[in-house]
Amino acid sequence: MMISDAMEDEEKWLAEGIAGIQHNAFYMHRALDANNLREALKYSAQLLSELRTSRLSPHKYYELYMRAFDELRKLEMFFKEEERHGCSVMDLYELVQHAGNILPRLYLLCTVGSVYIKSKEAPAKDVLKDLVEMCRGVQHPIRGLFLRSYLAQISRDKLPDIGSEYEGDGDTVMDAVEFVLQNFSEMNKLWVRMELQGPARVRDKMEKERNELRDLVGKNLHVLSQIEGIDLDLYKVTVLPRILEQVVNCKDELAQYYLMDCLIQVFPDEYHLQTLETLLGACPQLQPTVDIKTVLSQLMERLSSYAASSPEVLPEFLQVEAFAKLSTAIGKVIETQGDMPIVGAITLYVSLLTFTLRVHPDRLDYVDQVLGSCVKKLSNRPKLEDSRATKQVVALLSAPLEKYSDIVTSLTLSNYPRVMDHLDSGTNKIMAMVIIQSIMTNQACVSSADKVEVLFELIKGLIKDLEGDSEDELDEEDFNEEQNSVARVIHVLYNDDPEEMLKIICTVRKHIMTGGPKRLPFTVPPLVFSALKLIRRLQNQDGDVAGEEDPATPKKIFQLLNQMIEALSYVPAPELALRLYLQCAEAANDCDLEPVAYEFFTQAFVLYEEEIADSKAQVTAIHLIIGTLQRTNVFGVENRDTLTHKATGYSAKLLKKPDQCRAVYACSHLFWVDDQDGIKDGERVLLCLKRALRIANAAQQMANVARGSSGPVTLFVEILNKYLYYFEKGNPQITSAAIQGLIELIKTEMQSDTATPDRISDAFFDCTLRYIQFQKQKGGSMGEKFDTIKV
Amino acid sequence: MVLVLAIGDLHIPHRAPDLPAKFKSMLVPGKIQHIICTGNLCIKEVHDYLKSLCPSLHVTRGEYDEDSRYPETKTITIGQFKLGLCHGHQVVPWGDLDSLAMLQRQLDVDILVNGHTHQFKAYKHEAGVVINPGSATGAYSSVTYDVNPSFVLMDIDGLRVVVYVYELIDGEVKVDKIDFKKTSTATI
Repeated sequence: MMISDAMEDEEKWLAEGIAGIQHNAFYMHRALDANNLREALKYSAQLLSELRTSRLSPHKYYELYMRAFDELRKLEMFFKEEERHGCSVMDLYELVQHAGNILPRLYLLCTVGSVYIKSKEAPAKDVLKDLVEMCRGVQHPIRGLFLRSYLAQISRDKLPDIGSEYEGDGDTVMDAVEFVLQNFSEMNKLWVRMELQGPARVRDKMEKERNELRDLVGKNLHVLSQIEGIDLDLYKVTVLPRILEQVVNCKDELAQYYLMDCLIQVFPDEYHLQTLETLLGACPQLQPTVDIKTVLSQLMERLSSYAASSPEVLPEFLQVEAFAKLSTAIGKVIETQGDMPIVGAITLYVSLLTFTLRVHPDRLDYVDQVLGSCVKKLSNRPKLEDSRATKQVVALLSAPLEKYSDIVTSLTLSNYPRVMDHLDSGTNKIMAMVIIQSIMTNQACVSSADKVEVLFELIKGLIKDLEGDSEDELDEEDFNEEQNSVARVIHVLYNDDPEEMLKIICTVRKHIMTGGPKRLPFTVPPLVFSALKLIRRLQNQDGDVAGEEDPATPKKIFQLLNQMIEALSYVPAPELALRLYLQCAEAANDCDLEPVAYEFFTQAFVLYEEEIADSKAQVTAIHLIIGTLQRTNVFGVENRDTLTHKATGYSAKLLKKPDQCRAVYACSHLFWVDDQDGIKDGERVLLCLKRALRIANAAQQMANVARGSSGPVTLFVEILNKYLYYFEKGNPQITSAAIQGLIELIKTEMQSDTATPDRISDAFFDCTLRYIQFQKQKGGSMGEKFDTIKV
Repeated sequence: MVLVLAIGDLHIPHRAPDLPAKFKSMLVPGKIQHIICTGNLCIKEVHDYLKSLCPSLHVTRGEYDEDSRYPETKTITIGQFKLGLCHGHQVVPWGDLDSLAMLQRQLDVDILVNGHTHQFKAYKHEAGVVINPGSATGAYSSVTYDVNPSFVLMDIDGLRVVVYVYELIDGEVKVDKIDFKKTSTATI
């Protein structure tokens, strides 16, 4: 209620002020038209008196000021035309000082001063010096700031700069600089004087008002930056130290922050680079509440862009030791601002790291140094809890990953893992995922066991349970995602050299074995296949590896594989382990290592016997065993017999009759391998098929008894197809008579009273008969063979 | 014109980290009407990815698949063709053409799509066409040495199917095509 009242009042006062100006301006214009100097001065002074108000906020005062400003331009034009008023500019300069109140007096003085300088009847420097001193007479912050702003505005184009028409003798640039610096200092003092006192609402209002005025002060720095005559030396020796002196001594948080920022923005980056030490030296001297990290970040940002846009200045960066200076300055700031929250310090390091990565990407020692400083800061503290600080640490760690697309570079940073150690376990895992993601996206490859070691140290949060992990944090989907990521990353660990590759595999194995039963099913398979790939490479290599003490051999790797897969028994994961054992068995077969292959088959069978109870799982497992065994040719007669006997035995013992039937006729293939040297035991094939037939019969009978109708004839058709298979391959034990008999059997079964019509088995039978017909029509030896079969 | 993607044996993440980048950039959602997958994805993530390419996704169970609910075999009718899908580890001897022919007769399909051997195959025999799209990631196989990543795209148009095979050889994608025609609405 009160605020809107105040605002309404302000509007009223502003309106009154404007009215006052307009009123006096009217009479002033009349006086100007009549070339009446006396009157003109009288009314202009009255007009300017409106600016003596203390009732307006800066925002409103500015509106009033602008009106007055416009009127003063007309007045200035009048002053310039001496013939109109008959007064010399020097006399005019005296005359206006008779104005009653100091504020109008000084505005008029400045206006005349402008004309005076333009007339060149006195050196610019003298007039300017006089004016800047005289303005001291107004000490009210808002009024004083606008007055001096007026002075700055009208003097802008009249500075005795080199090459300007107002250039003086002697050290002319220095004169210009002095003038601006003095005006700046005085304006800053006025500005700072607007103290923030009183209750919060008033303070907020005051802070807002102060902010509205800041550009008036900052403008001076801008003017300085435009002075042509200021070169690097002058800047270094005079300009910068004076500005910094004012900034530091004013001890005002608002002013310091704004002016430092302004300073960095208006002066060229080249200057900043060359005055880095001085500039940074001021930072610890600022008020502890100044947000210096934003200022420093800005500075580093500008310098990075400077380096990026002009690569030829990079040697300069090294020459002035920019990195060292920034690093030291940041350290000092963090030290002096003792109660800076940790997030502030880390943000600074993030900025410094960003700078380093952009300006000196090849200096990994610098990068590591920044990380090291961060480690030091984080040491002797409990693990980070502030989520913003944690976010910054993640940003810090992600920056090198983004910059260096090959992960190996980031892995060489010795302080990288140390920073990670300070993250809480949740964030640690997130960071580990970020690292893995970076590897996968950049299609990087880690090719030495040492680097793999470092990598796995970094991602240890995913590899095993760490202290600090809470049990209930384990979200299943997240966990699966993490472990699948680890599995994926294992595939990019690779080296062409088998010795090194083996070392890599051993390193990974060492780490994943600490993962516990939950993780092994994810991490063991990829490592197993990695090892199998290595074995295959060694297989292709002929001869021994000369000169190696302990060469990588398939045998050694198989031993490792055995141990790896054995670990799955602790999960337990028997189905997975069985599959992996069979993979190894086949690989051992390809390497001609009979005992090793036998051992792997044994392991698979043991798992089948003891661990796989689910009937569906058994069916798949036995087919995998049969399929693998069918392909192995390394076994001698005895071993092969033992294994095939086991396979057929288990096939016949499956729970459901159809499954038994199918597994048994699959076993028939164990005795017939189509290659040149393959086993071709026609009798045992027939035995299997007959056994399958018996089981199919039994199945039909059971169906009759249990359901009152016989089951589908599918099994018989399948067996028929197998008979045809071997018949074609030339198994002498398979006769066309047998096939004929089977066909009749099927037809009978299909036509029987108790038959359940089944479209699928009907179609199957039809297809089969069509096939026989097709073979008959082939002609040649095949046609002859099939001729004896009647369909 | 119906486009059917036949793909399988990715073995992610057991044997491969991901599909080759060149394949990934080719497989864009909205272009394919059906996906038939022989199995061994192995994780849900891969299933979701394929589903995002095309909602009509058919998968049969491979022996390493995380999801045990996929069926052992599946038959689908697309246009004039009956397609059969099976991973193939169930058919012994693995990769044996005649044994696969038996499966084809059993399912009574024009085109049998199977995997397991990681080797691309497309051939015609009495009962129809057998297609093996190979391994999309070039994953290790105990059966086949030197596996090149591959997948198959079938263009089914009336009684004709054009089979395009995409293979990644030495970093380059090579395409080949084979034509098959059905003589009538009966099987090929």
